[in-house]
Amino acid sequence: MNIKEIKKDFPILENKNIAYLDSGATTQKPKQVIQAIEAFYEKYNANPHRGAYTLSMEATEIYENTRTKIAKFINAKHREEIIFSKNATESLNLIAYSYGMENLKKDDEIVLSIMEHHSNLVPWQKVSKITGSKLNYMYIDEKFELSDEEIESKITDKTKIVGITHISNVLGTINNIKNIIKYAHKKGAIVVVDASQSIPHMQIDVQDLDADFLVFSGHKMLAPLGIGVLYGKREILNKMTPFLMGGDMIEYVYEQETTFAPLPNKFEAGTQNVEGVIGLGAAIDYIESIGYEKIQKIEKEIVEYAKQELSKLDYLTLYLTPNDENHSSVISFNIKGVHPHDVASILDSEGVCVRSRKSLCTTTYEIFGN
Amino acid sequence: MEDLTDVYNELIMEHSMNSYNKKKLEKADFCEIGHNPNCGDEITLELKLNGNIIEDMAFLGHGCAISQASTSIMIDTLKGKTIEEAKEIIKKFIEMIKRETTDEEDLKKLEDAIAFKNVSNMPARVKCALLAWHTIENMLSKSDKK
Repeated sequence: MNIKEIKKDFPILENKNIAYLDSGATTQKPKQVIQAIEAFYEKYNANPHRGAYTLSMEATEIYENTRTKIAKFINAKHREEIIFSKNATESLNLIAYSYGMENLKKDDEIVLSIMEHHSNLVPWQKVSKITGSKLNYMYIDEKFELSDEEIESKITDKTKIVGITHISNVLGTINNIKNIIKYAHKKGAIVVVDASQSIPHMQIDVQDLDADFLVFSGHKMLAPLGIGVLYGKREILNKMTPFLMGGDMIEYVYEQETTFAPLPNKFEAGTQNVEGVIGLGAAIDYIESIGYEKIQKIEKEIVEYAKQELSKLDYLTLYLTPNDENHSSVISFNIKGVHPHDVASILDSEGVCVRSRKSLCTTTYEIFGN
Repeated sequence: MEDLTDVYNELIMEHSMNSYNKKKLEKADFCEIGHNPNCGDEITLELKLNGNIIEDMAFLGHGCAISQASTSIMIDTLKGKTIEEAKEIIKKFIEMIKRETTDEEDLKKLEDAIAFKNVSNMPARVKCALLAWHTIENMLSKSDKK
């Protein structure tokens, strides 16, 4: 399959004459994903886990089969280590509330990279304020990367949690999370990986990484909006208290007490976003049908061309690491003397969709001197 | 798609790049920060009253061409007006941007601020044009209570 054929799979790109360059915010959806959702409502719609009738059983089967598919996709050891959520943000809040609030004490330390998305930053500020633990940051160097010295000076024996994005949504920097996880484990900390920006571009293997938690959003990897995943090691998830209470996450309910269902249901209260789960399953099938190798080859060609052409413009400053192997596909730039919002409006008038906000990662942007 | 020169017109570009209203007042009666968390634009607006009259205004801050020019042109428009007149103009401006009024005669009261009329065709930029006007709205409601 070449790039022109792939483009034909995306109805919105056929319907609109646009150059969509904002996949880091949300990707467009291939027809295979849209059709899978349609098929679910036309043939299988019922509430999983609830009814004793065939239709509900079928809905349950599709829902649970997708869990198994995702477990295989990221090489989780057990299928119940996959918890469905609304998005990466909800997954991270679940970790912050059900693990962070319960386990952190005064004088413990939380260490985050300065390039975290707000979703892996603001929940930890709350945990820090409530538990009295300290929040420290690993800063980037002049190459927009985290140096080993920085990592090793910030993660200490007092560190209990390390939050790290696999790929920065602002800089495109690929962090060496395997090394960070190894070092954090040596210091006795658990590691929360935000894989939202990496999973559309590269194979994730949670066992090889030895990640304790790993989260991602479906909508940034061709799946519908409103579906996300939390991966957690079974032994850690088992010890955690539920995040949201309600139907389908219980075992026995008495007037004053409740015992909770085992994993994964313990963390899936209420009727879930089944169409989202189905769509995510179809998105994984689609990614696998092209293959990461092919995806990376195409991306490399486009990114190299973009870098080459953009670097010819002397009024434009690029913010990316000079080490190509540490750079994914996000390209941040600034046009001297013109505010990003004005640049975006001007590009929009030519049908080019780019990200222009500076608030998404205020902390990272502060480093740019904005 | 809107013709961009209708939005980034000469008057707006002039005010956004080099505004004489971008300074600090020596003595201000009111000071208010306006912030647009979506894009990070921030202005600090200062107001000096002489009885019921807006004697002077100035602003500091950073943001896109539309938010900066809108602040500067708003200051030009409101300076010398009574608080009641100012409130009427602010109301009209917001109505124009939100396309609640298109009556040309009515919009003449806005003076130079009419230059932002075409922003009403760009939903993504409405907030930029309105930042300063919502900020002054807050300030004037505070001055009422004083």
